[in-house]
Order: sequence, then structure tokens, then C-alpha cells
Amino acid sequence: MTAPAKFVGRSVPRLEDRPLLLGQGRFAADISFPGQWHMRVVRSTVAHGKIKSINAATALKLPGVHAVWSAADVAHIPPIPFRLTGLKSLEPYRQPVLAKDVVRYVGEPVAAVFAENAYLAEDAADLVEVAIEQLSITLLAIEHPGVYEHDDTELSTEAGVLQKTYGDVDAAFRAAHAVVALELSIGRHSGVPLETRGAIARYDGARDVLEMHGAAKVPHWNRDTLAQMLGRKRESVQLYEGHVGGGFGIRGEIYPEDVLVCAAALKFRKAIKWIEDRREHLIAANHSREQHHKIRAAIDKDGHLLAIDDEFFHDNGAYMRTHAATVPDLTAAMLPGPYVVPAYRAVGHIRLTNKTPCGTYRAPGRYESTFVRERLLDAIAAKVGVDKVEIRRRNLIGKSAMPYKLGLETLGTNIVYDSGDYSALLDKALALADWKNLQTQLLKRRAAGEKVGAGVAMFVEKSGLGPFDTVRIDVKSDGSIEVITGVASLGQGVETAIAQICADALGVNYSNIKVIHGQTDRIDKGMGAFASRVTVMCGEATRLAAIKLRAELLEVAAGLMQSKADVLDIVDGQIVRRDFAAGPVLALAELAREHPTPLSAEATFESAHMVYPYGVHIAAVHIDADTGGVVIERYAIAYDIGKAVNPKLVEGQIAGGLAQGVGGALLEEFLYDDNGEPLSVTFADYLMPTVREIPALSILVAEDAPSPLNPLGLKGAGEGGANPVGAAIASAIDDALQRPGAVTRLPVTPQRLKALMAAG
Amino acid sequence: MSAKTELTLTINGRDHAIAVEPRRTLADAIREDCGQTGTHIGCEHGICGACTVIVDGEPVRSCLMFAVQAAGKKIRTVEGLANGDTLHPMQQAFMDNHGLQCGFCTPGFLMLAVGVLEREPDISDDDLLDVLSSNLCRCTGYQNIIKAVRAAAKEMRGK
Repeated sequence: MTAPAKFVGRSVPRLEDRPLLLGQGRFAADISFPGQWHMRVVRSTVAHGKIKSINAATALKLPGVHAVWSAADVAHIPPIPFRLTGLKSLEPYRQPVLAKDVVRYVGEPVAAVFAENAYLAEDAADLVEVAIEQLSITLLAIEHPGVYEHDDTELSTEAGVLQKTYGDVDAAFRAAHAVVALELSIGRHSGVPLETRGAIARYDGARDVLEMHGAAKVPHWNRDTLAQMLGRKRESVQLYEGHVGGGFGIRGEIYPEDVLVCAAALKFRKAIKWIEDRREHLIAANHSREQHHKIRAAIDKDGHLLAIDDEFFHDNGAYMRTHAATVPDLTAAMLPGPYVVPAYRAVGHIRLTNKTPCGTYRAPGRYESTFVRERLLDAIAAKVGVDKVEIRRRNLIGKSAMPYKLGLETLGTNIVYDSGDYSALLDKALALADWKNLQTQLLKRRAAGEKVGAGVAMFVEKSGLGPFDTVRIDVKSDGSIEVITGVASLGQGVETAIAQICADALGVNYSNIKVIHGQTDRIDKGMGAFASRVTVMCGEATRLAAIKLRAELLEVAAGLMQSKADVLDIVDGQIVRRDFAAGPVLALAELAREHPTPLSAEATFESAHMVYPYGVHIAAVHIDADTGGVVIERYAIAYDIGKAVNPKLVEGQIAGGLAQGVGGALLEEFLYDDNGEPLSVTFADYLMPTVREIPALSILVAEDAPSPLNPLGLKGAGEGGANPVGAAIASAIDDALQRPGAVTRLPVTPQRLKALMAAG
Repeated sequence: MSAKTELTLTINGRDHAIAVEPRRTLADAIREDCGQTGTHIGCEHGICGACTVIVDGEPVRSCLMFAVQAAGKKIRTVEGLANGDTLHPMQQAFMDNHGLQCGFCTPGFLMLAVGVLEREPDISDDDLLDVLSSNLCRCTGYQNIIKAVRAAAKEMRGK
């Protein structure tokens, strides 16, 4: 009954752009309340130690400084709970809101200053004297585990060990023609959005509501959790998401600072504003990805995988934050990728170190495990003596095997690859990159002495995590449409994509639709924006609600138009007779005015399984032998996401992901000195790619394998641009050096590459 | 902490009489004292360029300039780019080419590109890339920003 697609599948302009281009965005720092106080966090300058004393007397003497808090002031607040993958055994490792007795990383909040303005708060924070007795530190997850003091007990810095396995791995290794073994590491990276974190809390006594502005990603979960932590009923805490300057996994989780501003707003009955500075961001917001893998493959004589056995060490920094075991869990669960792996075992050691605590970063666990798996495939190719494309082709899961039950679980779901034609996409990617000609050219240039090479990497992504999303759609008094969702926007174009889906299902123009997100007082439940879930889950809930609303509108209109609902249609926001082109027309605005009760419909979409996009990246690089610098000369990405709601936005997601992937492959790394002092504390140390480092890019958004799990066939697009970049570039560098397996560690910085070349 | 200095900031042709500490950055003064929050602060150490504004015709990083240094100078911010409801060609080109996602770095890129192209309309493509490499974007992967700036440059030259 619904009209043919007018908006879904088209690259219509974004609804979000205009205010952002005019400087009318409302980011966290743009929100202020009269009489607000500013908070500044005093952070540990020691990586591991016992707090002996905190003396705020001098700070408190500054005029305009209102209060200084330490652990005793927040003793009634529990540590920050887990949101995902929260194993009971990890609970002692949760982070307190302010360090009590022990500090475990440089940057850990030990006190909070509240003052009249931000400059003064920072002055006062400098005057707070914190005496810390240093303890021995653990900096590497591969070292023998150390001691983790918890209250009066001594725990191990190995917080947990997870295992994911199927098949008889040992038997496969016994029967193997050959075994290929590698040791590989991934550096410490993070999302580093351009907007730092921020939170503004205020208590409204008139309504008895605690408000927090500057929310992002998962406002509903955070609302419920903050209410619980502060001992309030959930209805009396409301979170508001404004514009959000990038998320990438790390922004919008509950951090100590969010809890502090809320607790202080309740205590002082003042609006409390906290805006992070960049140095704080780089040492206090979640890091991610740091892992060391010892991986082995059992293969037959043709290079077919018989089994993979991986043991890895996951460096989670000083605490288990909201993501708990999510990243190592995803690492282990997604490592098999697009290949047939008859037997599999991954053992992940979750280790704590005296560094910034970790969470997720775009393609969490997969940037890591794709690097490891694809290095392994390249090593197998070298071992067997076949081409790196051929070895992949031999091992790919066939189209006829779909849906493919992997036999592993993650995020509370069984992994079942819902659809895919991996080898067809490989062909398309090779064509896109003009692989054959590329090889000929590279061969010629290498013969002339240049260090140039090409790499390929394949991967399966996951997206569309449930369990549900609910959407309500209202017709407003002027005939415009409001879609109220429980998701969040981090800048990816949620409003546009959801409006497009609604527009087609309802029969209105997408630009006449307003999409609400991130407002806990507008809808009771919401899952937020993570795991590339929004377009899939919220999109389908929107479609269902729109279909329902459409039926309701036609029914109501039938009465007014003295007609039957089944001959009516909604076209461009007007109700028309389908059987009578010159017949009466009723505008939605008129309908809304005529109807005594609100015109509204609500629907929920539930899904127990994720959907699995897949892709291929191909990189061609040039190495400067003198400097060790890598220039990416060409880059091609083929990514099948089932159905693209807005191809331009999908390509934007892919291109943005690639840039972050390149950062992790070549430039970005959080480094520490031997005392656990962070060395990457400015943008001059933590090097993110600029225009100059990102190559021109060929993108193919394929729609060959729509998901069977939702009617539009959608799969999420957020993470495939980043996932295999480290793997593809490593493969290309190997090729340029003509040394298979040369790259064992990301990022491949110029210094490391120089050292590699010198060692060769 | 220290005594405040009275000064006037001229932003997009409008005078703002304010009193600030000598240490107050231009970025903070524009945002907090003059209420123009379209200029964003991304790093406060002069690298990301999100806070770029045009001062007397030159793109500058307003986090690295004190407000007192800008007194008496002509300051232009993102709020002054559009002409009523009509977007500046640079803003329009960013929209047409999907040159923004979260939009946080966008005002800085707009002011950087506009400032440079007004001064040097025939800048070479390579020099333009050098200029754009002075600001950071974490969402777009830059390709669409380059497309947008090239398109706007063409449009601006045509006028």
C-alpha cells in the first residue's frame, strides 16, 4: 500500500546542515545557565600511588571559589556501572567518581573545584595540593600481572580471561600440513572527536528535576544509571542532547565528570558547567585498541584454514569502564571474519595497566582482529606460495552457505552472518582498484627502485544491534511531521536518514519531517546510537510507525472526505483520491485541525540478531626510503550494506572511517614514558591525519546482499570505513618492502618503518 | 584574578563593549562575552583550527590571540558569512558536497577557506591543500571538504 520510494536510496541534502553552517549549532559549551558555576577537575599526576592528603585550603581562599570536593564528598555515590558485557568478576575494577585512597593513572580525577568562572576554577585547581606516595606500576598487558589494590584486598591486574571456541582446535593442529604463527600488536588509539566532552547539570526545584545537558550516544541508559547512582527516581532525571561534535564510540558514555556535575547541581542548587580541555581529553576520555596477539593457523597444503588459535592480551588501562569486556569480547567473536574456519579458539586476557582506562572506538575489537586475521592470511599466502588475493578467495565463505552460523556469541546475540556474497564483492573491489594494471605498474616501479606496493584486506562488520527501538510519529498542527526516537545523533546524519524512511512510508516530503533524538523527556525508552544500529533499528521502527500512522490518517480522512480509506492516498503531505485525480484534496494541516485528538502512531521494532555488512579495502602505498614516510597513493573500498538510505551519507561515513583508520595505521598512538607519564597530550603529539595524509578514494557502496532481517534490507554503515585500514596498509607496506610479514605492529610510524628497513 | 580591561570588539560589523582579564583569549571573549558561539574551541593550543576567525582580513586562531589584541580590529566570524537567508557560496558548497558531518570543525574551515580565497582567489590547488591541512576534521575524511572549497572557489572567482 505504501508509495514507491521517493527518498530512500537518494542522496538528498541533509536536514542537519543549515544551522551548523550558520554557526547556530548548540554544542555542549554553547549551553549556559544564569548563575552557573564552573567545575575543574584536579587530576592525578602520578600513574599509581596512595593518596596521602588533599589540601584545598589555599584554593578555597581565592575569591569566587565555592567548594572543592574529594572522595569523601561523593562517598555516597557508587562506582560507575557497566553498560555492556559486564561480567560480575570485573566489578571490583570499576572506576569511582573521585579516586579514593589509590590513584591508578595520570589524569584520574582526585578532586573537583567549583568556582565562579572557568579561568578561576583552573587557577584554583592548580592550588589544590595532592600528596601521593608512589607505588610500582604496570604498563604492559603482556607483563606478568601485578597487584590491584581493592579496598583491603589485593586483586590481580588480570581482571578476567575470556574464551570463545568451537570445533576441535587441537586435533586440527595435529593434522595440519603446516602451522603459521605470528605475534602482532595494535597501538593505543582513540576516537578523539573535535568537540571535547562537556556536561552541564542543573536542578530545577520547581519541577524536582535534575537536568543534564551535553548528553550523547546513550542518553536513556545514562539517565537511568545516573538516577540510580544518585538515588533519584528515573523520571526526575532528564538528559538533553544538543549538537554533538563527533562520537566514534568514546563520547556519551558515563564518565566521572558527568556524575560530578549532577551531584554538585543537586548539592549546591546551582547550574554546574564542565567543559573538558584537550589535554584532559587525551588523558581522561576513553582510549582503545591496545592489544597484543599470539596467533596460529593450522592449514592444509593448499592454504585452506583448518583452525585458528589466538591468545591475546587486552590492555584496558586502569579501570573497567562502562564497556567492561566489550572490546575484547568483540575481538574474539569477530576475528574469524569472512573465512571458513573449521575450528577456532580465542583466549583473551583482560589486563589492567596504569594508563587511561579504555572503551570502544569505531569498529571496536574489529580494527584489531581484522589486522590480526588479515596479517595471518598474508602469512599463509607467503607460506603456501600463492597470491594474497588467491589465498583469500580459497578461504571465503560461499554465498550458498548464507545465512552462516558462526558458532560464537557476542553482545548477547548469536553471530549469524545474515547475507553476503563475499567473493563477488572481492571481484568488484579488484575491478574498482584496477588491480591487474596496478600490479603491472607497481612491478615496473619496483624494478626501477621505488618502494611501492599494494595490499588487500577483507572483513565482516556487525551492525543493527537490538534488542528494540521504539518510535512515535506525530502530525503537528501545521501539518508537519515529528518523529520522536530514542536514538542519538553524533553528527552522522540521523535526522536525514530517518526522515527519508518516514517520508516514503507516510507520503510526505522528508524536509517537512523533524526527527527528535537524545531527549529523555520526549520518549520513555531509547537505546541510543552505537554499534551502527540507528538506521537499521530506528529506521525500521520508523517505517512501521509511519505505516500505522498512514492507515490512521486515511481512516480519519475518509470520514471527512466522505470516501473510503482504501481509495485514498497521501502524496506530498496531502490526502488525495487515488481513483479520481481531479477529486478533493485534504492537507494534513487541515486534517490535524479538524481532528479532535492528536494524530499519532507508535511502533516498536525488535531484533534478536545483528546484521552483517562486509567489505574489501585495497591500498597502494609508496614508501620514502629516506624518511620512512608512507604515502597512500590509491585507496579503494567496496562495502555492501544491503541498502543505502542515502548513498552520499554512506560514502561520508566510509570516507570518515578511512581517515580514522589511516590515523591508527600510520600516525596515531598514545605513548607513555617509563613512569606512566602520558606523552601524547596535545595534537602535536597525538597526530591525527590532515587533508595531506588522506588519499583520494574510490568507494563502491554495494547493495547485493540486503539483510533478510528487516524489510528494507538495511545494514549499518558506520564502521566499515575504519575496520580493515590497518590490515590493508600493513599488507601494502609488506609488498612495497617485498618482505611478507614485515609489519607486525600498528601504527607503522616513520621511525618504526626506518627501523624495519634498517633491520632488513 | 587580575583587573579587567575595557575594550570594544567589532564582530561582523557590530561593536561589543566588554571588560575582560588581559589573559582572556579572543575565542572565549567572542563566545562568552559577545555571545557568538558559532566559533568553536577544539584544542586551545592552536592546532585544530576550529576557532579560526578572520581578523583584519587574515584567518587567525582565536584561541592563540588575546581579546585585548583584537581591540579595534575587524573581526569576522561564521555568524557573519550568510547574507540574510542566502548562504555564502562557501556555506552552500559545504552543504552541496556533504562537506560536514558533526559540524564542529565547520565554522573554522569556512573562515579559513573564505579568508584565504578572498585574499588569494587564484590560489593554486596545491597551495589550497596546504592551507586546508592547517585545520583538523575528524568526521569527513576531508575529501568532501576539498570538493566543497574548490567548488566555492570557482563560484567566488566568478563573482
